[in-house]
Amino acid sequence: MAGKTLYDKLWDAHLVKQRDDGSALIYIDRHIIHEVTSPQAFEGLRLAGRQPWRLDTNVATIDHNVPTTPFRSAAEIEDETSRIQVQTLEENTKAFGILEFGIGDVRQGIVHVMAPEQGAVLPGMTVVCGDSHTSTNGALACLAHGIGTSEVEHVLATQCLVAKKMKNMLVRVEGTLGAGVTAKDVVLHIIGVIGTAGGTGYAMEFGGSAIRSLSMEGRMSICNMSIEAGARAGMVAVDDKTIEYVKGRPFAPTGANWDKAVTWWKTLHSDADAKFDTVVEIRAEDIKPQVSWGTSPEMVLPVDAVLPDPQAESDDVKRNGMLRAYEYMGLKPGMKITDIKVDRVFIGSCTNSRIEDLRAAAAVAKGKKVAGSVKQAMVVPGSGLVKKQAEAEGLDAIFKAAGFEWREPGCSMCLAMNPDKLLPGEHCASTSNRNFEGRQGNGGRTHLCSPAMAAAAAIAGHFVDVREGI
Amino acid sequence: MEKFTTLKGLVAPLDRANVDTDLIIPKQFLKSIFKSGYGPNLFDELRYLDEGQPGMDNSKRPLNKDFVLNQPRYQGAQVLLARRNFGCGSSREHAPWALMDQGFRALIAPSYADIFFNNSFKNGLLPIILSEEQVEQLFRETQATEGYQLAIDLEKQTVTTPSGQSFAFEIDAFRKHCLLNGLDDIGLTLQDADAIRAYEAKRAAEAPWVFNAIAKRT
Ligand code: SF4
Repeated sequence: MAGKTLYDKLWDAHLVKQRDDGSALIYIDRHIIHEVTSPQAFEGLRLAGRQPWRLDTNVATIDHNVPTTPFRSAAEIEDETSRIQVQTLEENTKAFGILEFGIGDVRQGIVHVMAPEQGAVLPGMTVVCGDSHTSTNGALACLAHGIGTSEVEHVLATQCLVAKKMKNMLVRVEGTLGAGVTAKDVVLHIIGVIGTAGGTGYAMEFGGSAIRSLSMEGRMSICNMSIEAGARAGMVAVDDKTIEYVKGRPFAPTGANWDKAVTWWKTLHSDADAKFDTVVEIRAEDIKPQVSWGTSPEMVLPVDAVLPDPQAESDDVKRNGMLRAYEYMGLKPGMKITDIKVDRVFIGSCTNSRIEDLRAAAAVAKGKKVAGSVKQAMVVPGSGLVKKQAEAEGLDAIFKAAGFEWREPGCSMCLAMNPDKLLPGEHCASTSNRNFEGRQGNGGRTHLCSPAMAAAAAIAGHFVDVREGI
Repeated sequence: MEKFTTLKGLVAPLDRANVDTDLIIPKQFLKSIFKSGYGPNLFDELRYLDEGQPGMDNSKRPLNKDFVLNQPRYQGAQVLLARRNFGCGSSREHAPWALMDQGFRALIAPSYADIFFNNSFKNGLLPIILSEEQVEQLFRETQATEGYQLAIDLEKQTVTTPSGQSFAFEIDAFRKHCLLNGLDDIGLTLQDADAIRAYEAKRAAEAPWVFNAIAKRT
């Protein structure tokens, strides 16, 4: 019998019941809740007179709607609908007895930053949240993916999910990453290679020496964007770094339970003879710092490239997509990436708002000044604890001295549900994960890149190759 | 959940690939805490010329006449014809809610993004997959013929054109069963409550650290 993949192992360990029709009941170890996709789920529970199956598997926080300027209570949130969502979560978690890190709690932050940081998510768990970037947690060898609101209600009521087993894909990145090339560049490069639907229907494991060389933060950035490659779940096997990362976190086991857990966690990797349905091989040496130019994450190029010619694209659907992207982005084929000027810079989001990301951006910004042509450059830590850590290291001082704004934790300009937004036509160097039309504000033009590349663009006023400063 | 058995309905074509959930329902409309009322803001950025905000009187906003769904001939459409990778992007269930609220009951495309696909079933919206060639043919016919309708039979798993040509589609048996009967997933799962409890007991012995780590809110 062939060995098992990591995904096979996680699936088998959580299988409650296999149904005859191919669907299965999968047990969910952790359910992370935020204010946007939960109100209708709690409402559904109430209407049906149901109680949560259990409480100690849930943890909630607010992120999408919160302003990133200081505020002390929900009443201070100006936007009425945002305020209502934040208050509704507060009321719902209180009524049902679910732990929430709310306003003013240092643990509050973006769901996918908070959960691993607290040890709420541990290796080998099944993790869901009503947010597609839940795949972030796969960096801890979890089976983690986004769910819709009906499923949020389903998990609350039953602690299970009705699921069908996905196919296995391995993306193997072998070799050594060049200086200035980060996890974000790796994942953007992968998406450029396989496309935004390349992983549809797959659970995607990232492996190879280049992935193993990355920190846990870097692995989280990669798993975070597996959804942009079409895969609901991305994951990385357990190694010493994983165990080191988890140790001592607030909800992590201790004593005998810790030892027992570690013994199991060490088995969480694909067996040498495991069979994958698809294997994608990437050479680390081929990866350069990346910048997206269009309105889909697959429209991404190395920083030293020129924008592609749509007429050279033979697929009609793709060519039309490119033409539309050029119109929306206000760019022309043949233009150099480094000639794209930026109006705003956003360093944050669940992809790149962890301490390592802020350190990388600060290293570039240190002793420099944001270009006069840049209207705003902001740094938004992913959680209150990341913010505290960064301040202890003096990173806030570096950013402020360079002319960056230092904000409170939240999703911020990643999705324009709160006051941080792009204006129509503005180009933004952004460390977030989606460059869809209007994502960061109506008419806004997003260029996805790494924290170091975003900081460098802020200083220069246009994209530059961060490797040149090294 | 609403049942889905058969449908004969007007078809509207949306000729672009990778239609993402931000395009289906922009994020500013996700702030509602209700499940209905999203229809007027479906495809908001394409549909109106101004920037949509919650609470606006949508009937007074300037319509984008070039947007296909605004054309008089597609008013009242119940079937949306789309291109590959429809529904990519976020997990927001507001996307199927908005489509349903606008009156769509079925979608036809060569492929869908996973989460959106899943969410659609949970709300009684049927996402049908046909081949690229079949979808191409339906685009041609829809655009050529005003009032073009398709007949969908979920039990038989067929889509039938006005000329009587029938295309078979695949659907997962469990999803089909739920849609045909309008069954609530939670109720079905709770029939297996004993299996869930048995699993928990076994897992608590093997991996005790999974449980009781997160305190209940007091
Ligand atoms: S940071 Fe952006 S992508 Fe991440 S959870 Fe918030 S809105 Fe979603």
